[in-house]
Amino acid sequence: MPKYAFKLNGKNVSVEAPADMPLLWVLRDLLGVTGPKYGCGVGVCRACTCHVNGSAVQVCTLTAADVVGKTVTTIEGLAPTGGLHPVQQAWIDEDVAQCGFCQPGQIMQAAALLKSKPSPSDADIDQIMNVCRCGTYCRIRKAIKRAATKK
Amino acid sequence: MPTHALQDAVSSEGTAIGGPLTRRRFLTYVVAAPVLTVAASSAADLMVPGKAYAVVPSPPQLENLADLGDVMVAATKQAQDLLVLEVTTDNRVVFRVPRAEVGQGITTALAIVVADEIDARLKDVDVPLEDARQDLGTAQSTGGSSSVRSLWDPVRSVAAEARARLVTVAAERWDVPARTLTTRDTAVWAPDGRSATYGSLTEAAAQVRIPAVSTDPKSASEFRLIGTATPRIDARSIVTGSAKYALDIEVPDALPTVVVRPPTIKGKVKSYDASAALKMPGVVAVTELPSGVAVTAKTFDQALKAKSAVQVTWGSGSVDGVSDADIRARLTTAIPPMTPAPPLTQRVDATFEFAFVNHAPMEVGSAVADVRSESAEVWVATKSPTGAQSAVGDAVGLSADQVTLHVIRGGGSFGRRIYHEPAVEAARVSDAIKQPVKLMWTRNDDMRHGRVRPRSHHQLRAVYAGGDVLSYEHRMSSVEMDLGSGTGQALIDAGYVNPTIGTAFFNISQSCPYNFGPIIESLTEVSYDMPTASWRSVYSGQARAAEEIIVDEIARAMKADEVATRRKFLKTDKACAVLDKVATEGRWGRTMPSKTAQGVALHAEYRSIAACLVEIDCTGDKPRVTKAVMALDVGRQVNPSGLRAQAIGSLMDGISTVLLAGNHLDDGAFREGSYSDFKYARQADAPLECDVHLVGGTGKPGGVGELSIPAAAGAVANAYARATGTKPRKFPINF
Repeated sequence: MPKYAFKLNGKNVSVEAPADMPLLWVLRDLLGVTGPKYGCGVGVCRACTCHVNGSAVQVCTLTAADVVGKTVTTIEGLAPTGGLHPVQQAWIDEDVAQCGFCQPGQIMQAAALLKSKPSPSDADIDQIMNVCRCGTYCRIRKAIKRAATKK
Repeated sequence: MPTHALQDAVSSEGTAIGGPLTRRRFLTYVVAAPVLTVAASSAADLMVPGKAYAVVPSPPQLENLADLGDVMVAATKQAQDLLVLEVTTDNRVVFRVPRAEVGQGITTALAIVVADEIDARLKDVDVPLEDARQDLGTAQSTGGSSSVRSLWDPVRSVAAEARARLVTVAAERWDVPARTLTTRDTAVWAPDGRSATYGSLTEAAAQVRIPAVSTDPKSASEFRLIGTATPRIDARSIVTGSAKYALDIEVPDALPTVVVRPPTIKGKVKSYDASAALKMPGVVAVTELPSGVAVTAKTFDQALKAKSAVQVTWGSGSVDGVSDADIRARLTTAIPPMTPAPPLTQRVDATFEFAFVNHAPMEVGSAVADVRSESAEVWVATKSPTGAQSAVGDAVGLSADQVTLHVIRGGGSFGRRIYHEPAVEAARVSDAIKQPVKLMWTRNDDMRHGRVRPRSHHQLRAVYAGGDVLSYEHRMSSVEMDLGSGTGQALIDAGYVNPTIGTAFFNISQSCPYNFGPIIESLTEVSYDMPTASWRSVYSGQARAAEEIIVDEIARAMKADEVATRRKFLKTDKACAVLDKVATEGRWGRTMPSKTAQGVALHAEYRSIAACLVEIDCTGDKPRVTKAVMALDVGRQVNPSGLRAQAIGSLMDGISTVLLAGNHLDDGAFREGSYSDFKYARQADAPLECDVHLVGGTGKPGGVGELSIPAAAGAVANAYARATGTKPRKFPINF
């Protein structure tokens, strides 16, 4: 089986996996990283959103081969150990989460948005396609704006 | 060593069944003569135009007298002495929550109640979810927006009792009068500043026979945390990704498993050939199930790939050949003839249809099971733990007591997790292959074989004359609802089956908040063998939304304002206050551009009231709710932040089910397969502004989780109607 090396949450990892194994399952089943969630498997719900080289991507639609030599960050690696990223703090301050299942993906999406647009407009926030079935969208919007002002 | 400080105390209070007994007698009476048979003919003398009454008063409906929450309160009260609060030697206050946490915030709310009553720091309170306990029975079920309602008194009672005993021990230890001591920050304090943590007192407190101070719960004026907006106690674990859902739990050697499912609903396996699949990498086993063929492998990737390689010959499904149009025809004919309007009156008639709606929680159906010869252990998010425990036992030939069932946090429910098919499937596979398994439904499985809010049809008639509504009739027909083993069982236990559990549920959940003269509301269920379920707010999501739409149409028929019309006919001042709040805060009646409009609606249930005012913009490709103002009177407010969260989520359910999201049935199978075609609202469908106002706030807590959906759905439909000048009749509108 081919072996793939990449940087995961600040550490170099090397993993043996079939060439077409979705990165979501590489992370969850082979590397024990369970923050990214399965919600659809086809890049639609975006509960598995992570960062590859700083950009938000759906890891259910990538493979290990796609990230060779790249930097993969999951929700577990967003903030330094023991700390919180400003977006995570804003999520707590606005009491965003309900069931919480989509929130790792929402937070990774929001963090990537704020990186490219430090003061996102409502139209920018409207572009976020991550599903939240609990309907926390209004608080997500507030939390993104709160995090934007804190940066 | 942990101590069970409370057992004596609670049993000394008894199970207090005087009240419930009276109610039970009442309920039995109700079963014999349901209120929905209120006869229009007996009030024929009211149907004279120009009468002197301000409005035509409506007799009380069953929901006004006892609702599902009351049934759950009674069930929980009878199990009260089984609820245990523990103070550990390391100063943790532990209350094992006999409910599911699926995002509704029950763990945070109960931690607040416990911390406030016992005077602990919130961070010192642990609220693990209780494993399934047959002795709790339906008192462990989550549903009917009843959790805080049913646990409010028992939890405060046990916490107050514990506090009294801790104080008693400290007084003995310090040899001071117990009444001079105070409690705060998980400790007892003496006037001279000495303190003792609860943990240091707990062992001795277990020996106290008669507490030296009152064991009564606090009065409302003494609350410190109750009523204060508090973020979820598990917020940090959620935002850091460490919160564990069923498939995140590490159960050693649990093997990923998925199920090949039939092309149509409830299709049966005729035969299958797994030889190719079994040769694929990592595949461990293939197991036939009543619901399909399970494939177990070392990773989910391998299981999913091998799933496509299993060749199955399928038998017919349970509703093959049936499509939406067929069901629609049966639902239409199932509606009894409407009462003719008397002479010299006018009427408003309307017919509404609501599509099937999948619950679509973000976390797909999943469970972990480890079945051995004499025992089994299961990890699953379920709102009916004891039902799930029995079902697992039945499936693998064990008694319920041999099954340990851990209730795990759920990634959403909306009614879905009252049912527990994944736990039973996982147990069957584990039993067959003699290994622990973690079984996952795919999103396609959830959409096409998961459960749905039943399709429904509504015929409404309001008869009016001279500015009064003289009578009001609402005939609903619906595909039969499977109410499951949780709250459905609680209703059966309480004696409600008339003629189906669904109609019984309808009767105790439905009441019209308006004085519309004699009211007839009825449900006829049409039976199809398909996986239906209660969906957040159960019948009210359609029935009360339909009523709120016709209230707008009554107002316009009378050439009156929609808010003023509601105020005129609302039965209670409390409801008027909630409506007034949204009208004022939302600037009802403000001038709006063309193709944009406001819409308003109200709903009362669960001993609570919600009103919603939205503004909608129909100028673009698809309508967008741009602003929402909501107001809730839920009685005592435990956690205002959690209450608002439930309102906001319900608003999105209202927007979704009215404008966007539903499921088509085509020839025995659901068309939608994922969030790409099941169009639950996304960020771009959410209002840019959403304010939730809390009014009232006295007395006991009412129910909240499902409360706001009918108000939100009604307001969105009413705004759409006013913006477009149409009369929306089929939901979702864009389907």
